[in-house]
Amino acid sequence: MKSKIAYLYKHYRFLAARRIVQLGLLFLFMAGNAWGWHILTGDLSSSRVFDTITLTDPLATLQLLLAGGKVASEALLGALIIFVVYAVLGRAFCSWICPVNLITDLADWTRRVLGFQEPPLMYLNRNLRYWVLGLVFVLSLLLSLPVFEFISPIAALSRGAVFGMGMGWAYLTAIFFFDLFIVKHGYCGHICPLGAFYSLISRFRLVRVRHVKDNCTNCGLCFNVCPEPHVLSLVGKHDGTVNIPECTNCFRCVEVCDDDALFFSLGKGWSE
Amino acid sequence: MGKIDKTRRRMIFRTLQGATLVAVGGTFWAGFVKENAQADLVLRPPGALPEKDFLATCIHCGLCVEACPYDTLRLGAYGENVPVGTPYFIPRDVPCYLCEDIPCTAACPTGALDLLSLTDEEGELDVSKSRMGVAVIDYNNCIANRGLRCDACVRACPYIEKAIFVDTRRNPRTGKHAMLVPVVDADYCTGCGLCEKACVTDKPTIFVLPRDVALGSTGLHYELPPPPNFNEEAPSDEI
Repeated sequence: MKSKIAYLYKHYRFLAARRIVQLGLLFLFMAGNAWGWHILTGDLSSSRVFDTITLTDPLATLQLLLAGGKVASEALLGALIIFVVYAVLGRAFCSWICPVNLITDLADWTRRVLGFQEPPLMYLNRNLRYWVLGLVFVLSLLLSLPVFEFISPIAALSRGAVFGMGMGWAYLTAIFFFDLFIVKHGYCGHICPLGAFYSLISRFRLVRVRHVKDNCTNCGLCFNVCPEPHVLSLVGKHDGTVNIPECTNCFRCVEVCDDDALFFSLGKGWSE
Repeated sequence: MGKIDKTRRRMIFRTLQGATLVAVGGTFWAGFVKENAQADLVLRPPGALPEKDFLATCIHCGLCVEACPYDTLRLGAYGENVPVGTPYFIPRDVPCYLCEDIPCTAACPTGALDLLSLTDEEGELDVSKSRMGVAVIDYNNCIANRGLRCDACVRACPYIEKAIFVDTRRNPRTGKHAMLVPVVDADYCTGCGLCEKACVTDKPTIFVLPRDVALGSTGLHYELPPPPNFNEEAPSDEI
């Protein structure tokens, strides 16, 4: 019994913590509107913590500025806070906060449970997201509208859970099936411009996965669970930290590794 | 004939492939957003910037919606014919009750709802400066204009005798009765929609439209006298 608990802790501690954070935030946002709780109000685009600290999505704010909106300093400050948080934590938003991660991880889990090994229906380059991000900037400027905020499934889900989904559920279901049947890790790993944005600012992050080559048995478990497997290019090759910016710091690789070859680490990145 | 550089050709082709994908995607994306943001009949909360600026400043967070104590405000969802994620209200369902502390406008983090536009010279909040829309009356179906005694909209108006007042006219049908016809003064109307909510007809014959839609403009080349003062006989110290 005790060893079972130890096993579960060892293999699921980060995953459990992530799901608690993701669902907890969604619940607090929902409670803010439904029962007037003042812990967390608004949605992931902009929110207030205890009615005092305003937090704002930096990419949404950037789009508003490009669209020509005269954004108040309160929102700008909130965007700066979030910007700094993810500059330090890396792309942790995607795996710890974003509710769409629940959907795409479910699709990935379904893939694994059903044993889908089919090649993707279409080829998407993982750098497509940076093109999409560029498109966000160009179109926001051209249309004077925050263009990603109109189609963002992240906003659609976080807003929909709080204020009513409308037809948004169809959109989110489409993303689930896109990830399940068409392209593995399709949305989060290839398209999402918010993920691209957080990747770009994560270069100097202080939280990274660390690899110890001598312990590695090349079992491949980490590659199986990683939503961005290319970031694990150092595994089995040399010591160092995961420095490729698309790592979402979900630490799933750390917990599935049975050989003590992957660790959570603080501090600057390095490689040998 | 020189040898063709296949590597370079392939690279150019790949770049063109990517560029085409982005251009095609961007066209559909821009088309959807432009269409979705087209909402001529949407009523915004108090203090909203002009629609174009509003859409460029609103971050779709819903803090105004949560601040509204009457659940007047809603946040547009997909399929509602409202720019998605932006706040609006439908007066016939729940009108704006013009809270004196204007919590919705005060809650806005980006300034898409501008509290300064609702502040008077002394720095006091003045919700009567809101211009969410303007009430428009369909005189063909307004029962007061057909000789029946109804002043529901007039009584509902928080700026009674300023924003809506009663124009007493002779009833030409009977020749001896009065008709008490409601008239809206767009200079005072906030567009709160309490009149639309109160209207007794099946489908309201007084309703709020965005000011851009409902009001004309004379342009610059007319030299007109000041607009007629509809409120001449109304006591000016009330409201």
